Amino acid sequence: MLKEGEIRIPSGCAIAGVISKEGNRMTGEKIVESMKPMHDRSNGLGGGFAGYGIYPDMKDFYALHMFFDCRDTRKSCEAFLKESFEIVKSEPIPTRKMAEIKDKPIIWRYFVAPLRSVLSNLHLDEKEFVARTVIKINTDMAGTYVFSSGKNMGTFKAVGFPEDVGVFYMLDEYEGYAWTAHGRYPTNTPGWWGGAHPFTLLDCSVVHNGEISSYDANRRYIEMFGYKCNLKTDTEVITYILDYLLRRQGLTLEEAASVIAAPFWSTIDGKADGYEKEKLKYLRIIYPSLLVTGPFSIILGFNGGLMALNDRLKLRSMVVGEKDDKVFIASEEAAIRVLEPDAKNIWSPSGGEPVIVKVKEGKY
Amino acid sequence: MEVHAGGLGYREINDLIRSKGDKITVSGCLGQRFICAGMSEKAVTIEGIPGNALGAYLNGAEISVLGNAQDAVGDTMNDGKIVVHGNIGDAAGYAMRGGKIYVKGDAGYRAGIHMKAYKEKVPVMVIGGRAGSFLGEYQAGGIILVLGIGEGEKKIVGNFPCTGMHGGKMYLRSDCSDISFPDRVTPRSATDEDLNEIREYIREYCGLFGMDEDFILKSPFTVVTPDSKNPYKQLYVAN
Repeated sequence: MLKEGEIRIPSGCAIAGVISKEGNRMTGEKIVESMKPMHDRSNGLGGGFAGYGIYPDMKDFYALHMFFDCRDTRKSCEAFLKESFEIVKSEPIPTRKMAEIKDKPIIWRYFVAPLRSVLSNLHLDEKEFVARTVIKINTDMAGTYVFSSGKNMGTFKAVGFPEDVGVFYMLDEYEGYAWTAHGRYPTNTPGWWGGAHPFTLLDCSVVHNGEISSYDANRRYIEMFGYKCNLKTDTEVITYILDYLLRRQGLTLEEAASVIAAPFWSTIDGKADGYEKEKLKYLRIIYPSLLVTGPFSIILGFNGGLMALNDRLKLRSMVVGEKDDKVFIASEEAAIRVLEPDAKNIWSPSGGEPVIVKVKEGKY
Repeated sequence: MEVHAGGLGYREINDLIRSKGDKITVSGCLGQRFICAGMSEKAVTIEGIPGNALGAYLNGAEISVLGNAQDAVGDTMNDGKIVVHGNIGDAAGYAMRGGKIYVKGDAGYRAGIHMKAYKEKVPVMVIGGRAGSFLGEYQAGGIILVLGIGEGEKKIVGNFPCTGMHGGKMYLRSDCSDISFPDRVTPRSATDEDLNEIREYIREYCGLFGMDEDFILKSPFTVVTPDSKNPYKQLYVAN
């Protein structure tokens, strides 16, 4: 069987997200439920979730969620990690046994902190070192895959329908201030656990509905900066682009959205605000290879917030709603109604118009 | 007759609608697709959120949705009527070839794209609020009417309306000074003759959603039509 990375994968999909602006914590149960009315958008070859604020007792450590194909790869990866990290906790991620989820790999999590001595030797900041380590493991260590690497957040993904994947990972037992969800519809791949969404690097996670047509242009550019697109899926490259623009280039979320879903030149020319016009031009000129074309609707998760974004032509559906301190985002309004039957202000953002929701400072 | 949609899939719901009387209420709908697809001679009221492709290939049935509807409502519908007492998602009335769609509020992107007409088959879509980008893209026939009620400063339609339009008529209740149209269509102020063509649809809209006809007709309307019989001749090749 060809694994992910040996074959290219277009995908359809369903996405959903919820966040409490007050930082109130919710179990994962509702977000799992919300995927049920969108069942037909997936085909059982991938489901996954990201939860933010789920490891409050371990919030100072990077939570590495990993798949291993056998005990030996786990042992050798652990030895590799110990060279440069302090491992404060190491355990299998709890799962339920269920008929719907098959071919389970070894699923483990490590809470780690990079060793100070290693960081000072390499003159690297902590996040950059962790990101490089994740990319190295995912590129060089066969049978080993890091699928989550942020602090106080975690992703959970598998081959299966999302509503089953959520039960499998016991998400009803986690509490977070924000959740995202994904149901996958890859159309010409065997489908593997690592290829399910969310895709993550550090605390940046992306769930994606769509099929981008700029994949290779984006990949060639982003790989110049040390990223490796091992799985050949479009969502992976979007994740690295966002990490690059936000963490390494220091762009704001709005600016990053204007890079990947850049307005047409004709739309920019029509802008009345001179400063905005110049800024949009500047971003298009500086980052032409990071323009993402073709259909996408994504939810980006990060520590303290979510950002929803459609491609500039809005070739995929996305709906946003609110109620009290919570904001809901989904491919279909039906999913929002599961999360909150009385959700208000249901609206559809325009193509390229980011919806950014942040938790109040100090509440997460 | 009532059909409780809770926990049912779209096949079961449609089977129940078919097997019951001519007047049916579907309650507790939550995202089930294809409701009433291809149906004729039924009057169906929907409570809850119907899924995508509501009334696709509709062939004479009348559907009334008491809230919002999702994407692809009335895809390729042939006859009948769909009334949405809320907003509507993307690609409403895609390739519609007959019948009517009335939306109380806003429409998403790509409403009425590929709409067509033939002899007595003239589809009509009335959008009470505003429409997203690509309204009436490749429109080949029929009537698209956008009223822009209660939208304040917002543009009545997003970017790139009427791209590739080569038939039919679009009416926008606005002077459209802030809208840019492609070169191959002609926007102009509506004449009384133009307005006479849409009076019955405005009356029906007002009847359905409790609006005042005179208030709506007080504002300026813009009519958009393709600017000749074959506006795209020589656009791509010189023959």
